[in-house]
Amino acid sequence: MQRIARLKESPSQTAGPYVHIGMLPNFAGIDGVFDEDLGARMIVGEAKGERITIRGRVFDGVGAALKDVLLEVWQADAQGLFPSQEGADPAFTGWGRQAADMDTGEFAFETVKPGPVPFRDGRLMAPHVSLWIVARGINLGLQTRIYFADEDEANASDPILSRIEHRDRIPTLLAEPKGDGTYRFDIRLQGENETIFFDF
Amino acid sequence: MNAFKQKQAVLQTPGGHDRPGGGLYARDRSWHPAALTPAYKTSVTRSPTRAPISFPTTLGEETGPVFTRDRLGPLDADLVHNFARSPDGAIGPRIVVQGRVLDEDGRGVPHTLVEVWQANAGGRYRHKKEGYLAPLDPDFGGCGRCLTDEAGRYEFRTIQPGPYPWPNGPNDWRPAHIHFSVFGQSWGQRLITQMYFDGDPMIWRCPIVGTIPSPEGIESLVARLDMEATIPMDARVYRFDIVLRGRRQTLFENRMEGL
Ligand SMILES: [Fe+3]
Repeated sequence: MQRIARLKESPSQTAGPYVHIGMLPNFAGIDGVFDEDLGARMIVGEAKGERITIRGRVFDGVGAALKDVLLEVWQADAQGLFPSQEGADPAFTGWGRQAADMDTGEFAFETVKPGPVPFRDGRLMAPHVSLWIVARGINLGLQTRIYFADEDEANASDPILSRIEHRDRIPTLLAEPKGDGTYRFDIRLQGENETIFFDF
Repeated sequence: MNAFKQKQAVLQTPGGHDRPGGGLYARDRSWHPAALTPAYKTSVTRSPTRAPISFPTTLGEETGPVFTRDRLGPLDADLVHNFARSPDGAIGPRIVVQGRVLDEDGRGVPHTLVEVWQANAGGRYRHKKEGYLAPLDPDFGGCGRCLTDEAGRYEFRTIQPGPYPWPNGPNDWRPAHIHFSVFGQSWGQRLITQMYFDGDPMIWRCPIVGTIPSPEGIESLVARLDMEATIPMDARVYRFDIVLRGRRQTLFENRMEGL
């Protein structure tokens, strides 16, 4: 029989404890190589929409916050447009990269609240931020989404949230408003309230 | 002043989100390390226990950040010199690592950001949390980055990193390796992996390498020495190709791309 010639994806390997050297060298104390760490700022001008800060920590199976974790986000702008789409906000990059604080494990993304983006069939998905998590001990980067707890109506009709069978797990995907435009989004890698991770 | 910040946001739409049949090939998770790999101890408390929930890719997974060449410095891809104060550069066996970023259909992934980090020739990282007794090299930082060209080719100049011991089992050593972070053209292709060196006996003893289920998978992360490409009296060349997820295409798209 003929073979379908297709390559295999390179296997993932953990980012390890020294991921900051390559991905946030200034944060790691390696000054003077790159002028600024990539992804440090998502807002690069008078960005439209609601300014928000998403804060959180990543907890392991024994409840300890990861202090060596690195996170990236990718999202639409306030109008629901990704950066180069016609009319997208030029003052917003859509992409951010942050390390957790090495003492507390706390991370923070200063961004704008995203607008809704269409699902494949044209239905609107609720406002959300895609989140990717890498660290020592994580063999393949974890993909999840940050939805917003104050978007009840949009969340109720979101095509991705709707397909989640275990409804009681959905709150693990909801960032809680804390006032002043701050949202709290903690991630639990294991145990009760284990965060939902995605495969797409 | 910071043109890159504006420009990095230019969107790429590989294949387009709205074409029927678009979207990324499903990831073969059995080819990747499992989340829980007890021989690599840290994975025990950091591995999700529930199966990830699948959904078809949407615009957010089929697009991603784009980085432009104007932001890169001339020494960004030269780890021998990009941190060094001495004109001689970093200490260690000088090597060039070159290869291509491809997708699963073998097509080069153009203009994508590749970031690397590594220990110095003695196996020591320049990092606050690193306590190995091997000395720092004052002329070696350990980070580099570059963009692939239109054919997906990339190249770094560096020194061969040393193996190092790490707290896992009582006597575990990492083989010499370089960490790679690759973006591809969409969020769903995002990948971090490590490159190993042909002939290193430590590869087959390493619990982190051992998280990869198959010998074929492990071999695919081992760079080959390319003596023909080697620069005489300067640096040996190691070749390392990286494969990212491909995407479904329609016949129409194939024609558009001249295949
Ligand atoms: Fe390492």
